[in-house]
Amino acid sequence: MMNQNNVLVELKGISKNYGQGQRETRAVENVNFNIHDGEFVALLGPSGCGKSTLLRMITGLMPPSEGEILYRGEPLRGVNEHATIVFQTFALFPWLTVQTNVEVALKARDVEPNARRERALKLLDLVGLDGFESAYPRELSGGMRQKVGFARALAVEPELLCLDEPFSALDVLSAESLRGELMELWSSKALPTRAILLVSHNIEEAVLMADRIIVMDKDPGRVVAEIPVNLAQPRQRKALHVLAMVDRVYAAVAGETPSESKELIGTAPGEGGKTQMLPHAPINAIAGLMEFLAEEGKRADLYIVGEKLGMELDEFLPAVEAVELLGMATLRGGDIELTSLGETFAATTILARKEIFAQRIRHLPMFQWIEQELRKVSSQRLPQEFFLDVLEKEFTPVEAERQLDFAINWGRYAELFEFDDDRDELYLTTNGAQELPV
Amino acid sequence: MRRRILTPSVIPGPALNVSDALIVVGVLALLAFGIFLALGAPAEVQGPEINLSPAYLPWYATFSLTRMFVAYVLSILFTLGVASAAARNQTAEKIILPILDILQSVPILSFLPVVVLSLTALLPENFALELGAVILIFTSQVWNLTFSFYQSLKTSPTDLGEASTIFRFNPWQRFRTLGLPFGAIPLVWNSMMSWAGGWFFLMAAETFTVGERDYRLPGLGSYLQSAADQANIGAILWGLVALIGIIIVLDQFIWRPLLAWADRFKVEMVESDDPPTAWFYDVWQRARVAKWWRQSVVNPLTERFDQRVAQSLRAREENASAANVSKNRIVRWVLLALVAGFLLWGAYSALLLLARVTPTEWSQIAIGAGASFLRVLVALTIALIWTVPVGVAIGMNPRLARVLQPIVQVTASVPATALFPVIVLMLIQSGGGLNLAAILLMLLGTQWYLLFNIIAGAAAIPRDLVYTAETLGLRGWERWRTMILPAIFPYLITGMITAAGGCWNATIVAEYVTFGGETYYATGLGAEIARATAAGNYPMLFGATLTMILIVVAFNRLFWRRLYRIAEERYRMD
Repeated sequence: MMNQNNVLVELKGISKNYGQGQRETRAVENVNFNIHDGEFVALLGPSGCGKSTLLRMITGLMPPSEGEILYRGEPLRGVNEHATIVFQTFALFPWLTVQTNVEVALKARDVEPNARRERALKLLDLVGLDGFESAYPRELSGGMRQKVGFARALAVEPELLCLDEPFSALDVLSAESLRGELMELWSSKALPTRAILLVSHNIEEAVLMADRIIVMDKDPGRVVAEIPVNLAQPRQRKALHVLAMVDRVYAAVAGETPSESKELIGTAPGEGGKTQMLPHAPINAIAGLMEFLAEEGKRADLYIVGEKLGMELDEFLPAVEAVELLGMATLRGGDIELTSLGETFAATTILARKEIFAQRIRHLPMFQWIEQELRKVSSQRLPQEFFLDVLEKEFTPVEAERQLDFAINWGRYAELFEFDDDRDELYLTTNGAQELPV
Repeated sequence: MRRRILTPSVIPGPALNVSDALIVVGVLALLAFGIFLALGAPAEVQGPEINLSPAYLPWYATFSLTRMFVAYVLSILFTLGVASAAARNQTAEKIILPILDILQSVPILSFLPVVVLSLTALLPENFALELGAVILIFTSQVWNLTFSFYQSLKTSPTDLGEASTIFRFNPWQRFRTLGLPFGAIPLVWNSMMSWAGGWFFLMAAETFTVGERDYRLPGLGSYLQSAADQANIGAILWGLVALIGIIIVLDQFIWRPLLAWADRFKVEMVESDDPPTAWFYDVWQRARVAKWWRQSVVNPLTERFDQRVAQSLRAREENASAANVSKNRIVRWVLLALVAGFLLWGAYSALLLLARVTPTEWSQIAIGAGASFLRVLVALTIALIWTVPVGVAIGMNPRLARVLQPIVQVTASVPATALFPVIVLMLIQSGGGLNLAAILLMLLGTQWYLLFNIIAGAAAIPRDLVYTAETLGLRGWERWRTMILPAIFPYLITGMITAAGGCWNATIVAEYVTFGGETYYATGLGAEIARATAAGNYPMLFGATLTMILIVVAFNRLFWRRLYRIAEERYRMD
């Protein structure tokens, strides 16, 4: 089914920039892939990798900054009339009944009132919502609301059904059953839909459902791997070949520690060269991960750690990245292993941990720079704008703020410096006045 | 997320800029143009006698109600059109928002005589008077409606917007399915405020004197004014009874049912514990007529209307591609040139008028501005002192709220202007003089904005925070300092902004009062404006109005906007 003749969607060198001039940032860079007739494609990656942006470009909700999107060989202009979306947040109109929420999509296509009612009822029946036609969305559970979302999206008989993390706002059981029902409809060919595009950050979900997984990474958002999933449906989550595939996708998503770890550190903000971004990991996530690893016994399967910790992927991966950056663990082939420093950290008292942490982050140019700047002024205090201004030369305004937030979160924990919330100033504490290790 | 229903009319952006100056000049140009026209108005006018017999009251009440209704319909149309344009088109937004912001700071009453006089120069007198009254009431109702609806449109949930796009709603369907429902609750609340604002200016809209010209329209407002002029206490009381009766009837049969009905338009995905209820709405819901009305009249009609609109929109879309772009550009340049010409002319005539204000008059204006400023300050302080504890008590106690809220709402709708004569009579006789009485009048006019906002703020304090404070044993001042004051702060600022603007506007009626054929006035900017109007002294009217506009705009931009930003950044709960 992979031949070029039945390509439905074709992405050619798609990039997307936000902002203008100096503030311009690249959200998506040079993405190329196809979606074929009959295919279920999953777009997988951490938050901020541009997967939702990509979905919005494919449906025509926003235009790409560069590149071209072809639909059935024709360049896409405006909203793609053959596509619909099932939204993460359901996007139901709270003031319309279940039935009207479905009908409203048909009304926009000038379907006659009687035909509208008939079709809406048929679809609500199909997703198992008969009896709830006159209920309002707020009277329904999350799972049932999303069923309305599916009914509405399917009512207009789209060729391309786009699912924007449709299960992530649901409880585990509802998500599970809704996934099952969708796969049943899809596999039985009961739908007029020709292809499905699923955006997700849940690796297992993607492996269970998709024919092909496109793995994305962020900064800038780009495709890092395409993994075909040639497993027969229905797939069992505990089946060995499914687990092996999950492991493989995990390795692709998390990446590996580069052998030369100097590369990782980068230069200080304001200097030449690229500043290494601090991973978006709060202290408690880092500490939690370290303790867990110590208990598990040094080396563990990333995918199992993530699952057992019950962390979302976009929360878990930055924590992994952080412990790696601080030299407390290394990544290899989908496994994570504590270094001896990491073991010490996990085993010791809070005070000693703070010391280790302080020592480690003092090696990072970001923290060297903050300390040096604070020491330069006699009051040893500087407004946060000072740091933001410099950071904004390397990062987007939003990211610069986030970077400073994490720097403050880490620096406070390590007692390198303090932050005055009322005056928005960073200042040195007496502990922080020790000499810098050069 | 909880939505603020009474949104403040604070627009984001830099404090003051060139476009603000241009708009002020534009407003002044309009005023100057009006004065120019007004000079051609009939030299002497004697208004019709208002009969003070209570038997005439139903007629008068009907007339006034009709004027209010017409002005309100115009306000709603203006709101839907202008707010939608501002929300949809960035260019329009850049032009419309600052204009609205300045316009709402303009003292309405300064403009009335000029509006009416210029209209009488162009139109038959009676029609001009009616139109003038409607315009005045319109300007007292429209701004908060427009701002609130604009804010609703701008803050409507992104996912619903995307759903509307992906399912290819046409602009009308999008407006009807998303924009209008999402804005409905704030629109109903603000409509209630707008009607209160309209009643406030009703007396001034229906009767006023400019020099030798005495204009009067038959209505409830002119009835009350005439009763006051003749010091006929019995008639004043009859008029008040009629007015309060109307307000209660509107509250029971229109606003409460509307609020109960609009509850369906909230975006929260949970059932509220305490939805608004209205007996009349319940009756209506149960009535067969209502069902028939919906199914056989409303639904088919809206269906057909939607189809028509969809068809014409599609037809227009097809034609749009063929439209002549260069022709549009010429039209735009011509319009721009006309506006620029008008601005230049306005600036020139404004200067001419200002040059005729004598130094003595300028010093009067300056002293008046100082006195009025003090009065605004005192009125706001008094309002704060009583509304904060009372508002917090009502807001944090649902049982108290259920009993008091409706009473407060009706009380707030009773226009202070109707009570002025009685109060003035009492205060002047007790020796306080209008200089002090004016403060009370201003207070009566504006304290409600504060009270409503504080109630809303206190009611929005999350329950878990209240429980935490309880378990921590926070009491007295500690409880206020750590929980209540920070929580209500954004609401407090919102209320203060509206109240302060209202105070300045109220100075014109509060500092200059006629009662029993006597005229009382205090030292103040409002009094200067009112006196200049009565004397037909246009340069003075012009200078004093300009001063008031500048003071209000400067305060909004330099003081309130900063406080508002702090409130939003630091004390937001959601």
